[in-house]
Amino acid sequence: MLKASKKTGLVFFPAFDWAIDPTHPEREERLLYTQDQVMEEGIFDINGIEEYKPDLVTAEDIQRVHFCVPDEAAITTQSHLISAGGAKAIARAVMEKEIQRGFALIRPPGHHAMRVAHGGRGFCHINMEAIMVEYLRQEHGVKRVAIVDTDCHHGDGTNDIYWHDPDTLFISLHQDGRTLYPGTGFTHELGGPNAKGTNLNIPLPPGTSTEGYLYVINNTVLPILEEFKPDLIINSAGQDNHYTDPLTNMKFSAQGYAEMTRLLKPDIAVLEGGYAIEGALPYVNLGIILALADMDFSSVVEPDYDPVRLEQTSHVTDKIKRTSDVINRYWSQRKELRAKAGTHGEIQQRNREIFYDTDNIFERQKEKIRICRDCGGAFEIDSQASTGNHVLCVHIPLNACQDCIDAGHAMFRNADMDRYNRAFLQDQTQDHYTIKQS
Amino acid sequence: MLIGLDVGGTHTDAVLLSKKGLKRKIKVLTDPSDLFNTVLSGLDLLLDNIDPLDVKRIVLSTTLTTNAVVQQRIDPVGIIVSSGPGIDPRLFRTGNHYFPVAGSIDHRGRERSPVDPAEIRTIAKILKKEGIKHVGVIGKFSPRNPCHELQIQALLAKDFSKIFLGHHVSGNLNFPRRIATVHLNTAVYSMHKKFFHAVKRSLEQQGIKAPIQILKADGGTMNLESSMDFPGQTILSGPAASVMGAIGYAPKDQDVLVLDIGGTTTDIAILVKQAPLLEPVGIGRGIYKSLIRSLKTYSKGLGGDSHVRVENGAITIGPDRSGPAMAFGGLHPTPTDAMVVLGLMEAENKESSLGGMADIADKLGTTPLKAAQTIFQTACARIVEEAIKIVDRINRKPVYTVHEFLEGYRIQPRKILLLGGPAPYFANEIERQSGIETQAVPACSVANAIGAALARTTCEVSLLADTELGIVAAPEEDFKEPISKSYTEEDVIERAYALLSEKALKSGSSPDDLEVEVIEFQKFNIVRKFSTQGKIFRAKLQVKPGLIKGYDQVYTQLNKNNDGTPSGAEC
Repeated sequence: MLKASKKTGLVFFPAFDWAIDPTHPEREERLLYTQDQVMEEGIFDINGIEEYKPDLVTAEDIQRVHFCVPDEAAITTQSHLISAGGAKAIARAVMEKEIQRGFALIRPPGHHAMRVAHGGRGFCHINMEAIMVEYLRQEHGVKRVAIVDTDCHHGDGTNDIYWHDPDTLFISLHQDGRTLYPGTGFTHELGGPNAKGTNLNIPLPPGTSTEGYLYVINNTVLPILEEFKPDLIINSAGQDNHYTDPLTNMKFSAQGYAEMTRLLKPDIAVLEGGYAIEGALPYVNLGIILALADMDFSSVVEPDYDPVRLEQTSHVTDKIKRTSDVINRYWSQRKELRAKAGTHGEIQQRNREIFYDTDNIFERQKEKIRICRDCGGAFEIDSQASTGNHVLCVHIPLNACQDCIDAGHAMFRNADMDRYNRAFLQDQTQDHYTIKQS
Repeated sequence: MLIGLDVGGTHTDAVLLSKKGLKRKIKVLTDPSDLFNTVLSGLDLLLDNIDPLDVKRIVLSTTLTTNAVVQQRIDPVGIIVSSGPGIDPRLFRTGNHYFPVAGSIDHRGRERSPVDPAEIRTIAKILKKEGIKHVGVIGKFSPRNPCHELQIQALLAKDFSKIFLGHHVSGNLNFPRRIATVHLNTAVYSMHKKFFHAVKRSLEQQGIKAPIQILKADGGTMNLESSMDFPGQTILSGPAASVMGAIGYAPKDQDVLVLDIGGTTTDIAILVKQAPLLEPVGIGRGIYKSLIRSLKTYSKGLGGDSHVRVENGAITIGPDRSGPAMAFGGLHPTPTDAMVVLGLMEAENKESSLGGMADIADKLGTTPLKAAQTIFQTACARIVEEAIKIVDRINRKPVYTVHEFLEGYRIQPRKILLLGGPAPYFANEIERQSGIETQAVPACSVANAIGAALARTTCEVSLLADTELGIVAAPEEDFKEPISKSYTEEDVIERAYALLSEKALKSGSSPDDLEVEVIEFQKFNIVRKFSTQGKIFRAKLQVKPGLIKGYDQVYTQLNKNNDGTPSGAEC
């Protein structure tokens, strides 16, 4: 009987009853052929591969991460709660040492969902990885986490959630934002003043092939992970870098995904995008599963795989090398960059405009953060959306110092309830979420 | 009248039922080295002075296949597999004559690379030279499109007398299990055929004309003719017989634990509202994982005749049986001896039991009576523990019964039904330890044979329709038809229903028992370039497993005769 060298857990939640709309790429059919391939390969019969039932996340789980406006129920469906619950079930099994690695094959995806959520953007409503990470921190004492987002789109939601968190290393590899949704994720986007350098964005030119991806993994991602020394590595395993994906322009292959997984050695992988549902997903997911389980994946090759057609041009190769060098330089200068970003105790303001393409909502944010050299810093976000909702969201991070705890409480206390429909306090030090209504 | 006969590891049980009730029951020792004579002597005793023409149905459950697999007495056979991308097929080798070959079908059933006829002809030559008579052919994704299996079969047809094909065994996807299942069918075929043809001849000589039905692992039956294509399905039919024997006593709205306490083992199963739990993919016991549809049953090496020992100052029971209890001429103490000493059970040779208990008591530094008490309580505790552990384990995974997939269902047993010879003696103690109402079923020592006799003929059909490819197919039934874009859900169900009825009647079902249900239905839009190109429908229908109609009075009669005490006449 086949045996997995690494005990691996899988949650399979294809949400066969959930779609954004009937012909949308994020639809019921998306994981159908993947499920067929996984079943036909007899994956769940392999000794050391365990199937887990997804949990159902609660409003409390979501409130550790998001400010849902007006509330959690309004922007989620049962499928979102189970999808996030799938990631949570896998995380728990890893923590309880039932398995060494886990893969949540779930949809809907989540990596475009930001801290404030008025609705869906980039097919995402709530952030599966972030909900899982904050659960791990609150209930299993995990501290330092690295999230490597290999979806072809910039993981701007996860990036936003961990923008101010120096204990979370977020690295996103994605197709250059000048050529693809959401249009962000450039090398200079390094995180907020309290966490500069622990957010790393690696844009890759269209036409990047397996060679290019593995170059970045070997020359940038792995050395940085080595230095950051996370307690846990999470891979947001989007599969839309594939050479057949209809929404993107890359040349990655199933063998490439499997090899990347072998190199990254993530403790937990969470499925994100990937819309070549017949030609790519069945083979890519199989490759990732086998690589996680530390099994041979050499025969997992797409039927139409042609390595010659998938070679990358020397122009692309050069560009990738330059980007990789830039990121490595930023990483080595992160302490200086952070010191220059602000003075301890001062309040910095940032204004942003966010468009929710899936639900057609427009949001304006005014964010104020306390610059802190002792913790991630308390902050408030004044958020006004085209839905008519206007809210104040206050966040006190898990490792907050007393000054930031006090600052956060003051922000919440002083909220002018004539202006806001609601004010929220997300106090991670107490694992508590408070709502004030006007 | 009906006959049910269940060959167990220790005993073979047989019953004769009329519409009014249990007419006759017998129990003979199983001779594992001669199952044919075991079956015949059982039937002879049962039919003594009975008009053979009165017998309308015979259902047999045997350990023939199980024993052959366990003792590795199976034929060497040729296995040819074609795979395509995925896990290396060489890892699923079944024996010395195993050949991965060219050819690949994808998950939608489209050919991605062709079969190489020259390669197949070469393999045929090798197999013939090596004296191989039967061959199995398995393709990856053959339930989506069996064309490669059929093509290879055609290339082999003139050289081999029987060829088993992967897409016939199940509509479920699982390539390694499909290989194992076809291998099992191929490897036990000649033995199965020889055995049942001999049984059939012998019954015909006695003037019995009733068709022989064979019990399957899913608690349904199939006729002799159908069994020749799927002999592997007879594996583990024994535990299924017990479950079918318990259904008649299970409350309609509760979860029930069924414990069949035999001589060597206790088989554990669960009923949810009278529906047995199902292995969703197929039998997966030990390393032998298959696509054989099966009830979910567990076996624990602890029965009335389990060998009791003292190890490191503590009592161990089983998992082996070293002959009968001392009370019945055995050499080693057993839980049965403990029950004899405790006065729970009558036996002529109580002295021997006492001797066995005294021996154990010496080692424990206690009295024989206390030793017997400990053994008896430990045996019950182990059974209860194991049953609870199994319920916990099942609750951690999705739950499937023979009728449906129960999303998020948690099993909470409210009743325990005990079967098997020693069942009545165990009932009180198991109830005390588990805190769950416990009842030994009437005629508990032959309830399994009653279950076999009354089991319905079952089968299932999987139908796939793909309106983009323009095909509706049930590869298991060798059915395929072109369809138009406008093929609907109703068309799918109607077609599947027709195929299922035909198959069930062919397998020996009575038209009265054709209770059909849809057990799976999925529908997907195929969307390419943001517009719907077609639909995929997947349907699975089955004849509902259960008991045949017209024999309700059997239970009424048995319940009436059962006064509920352990020494009740029927046990």
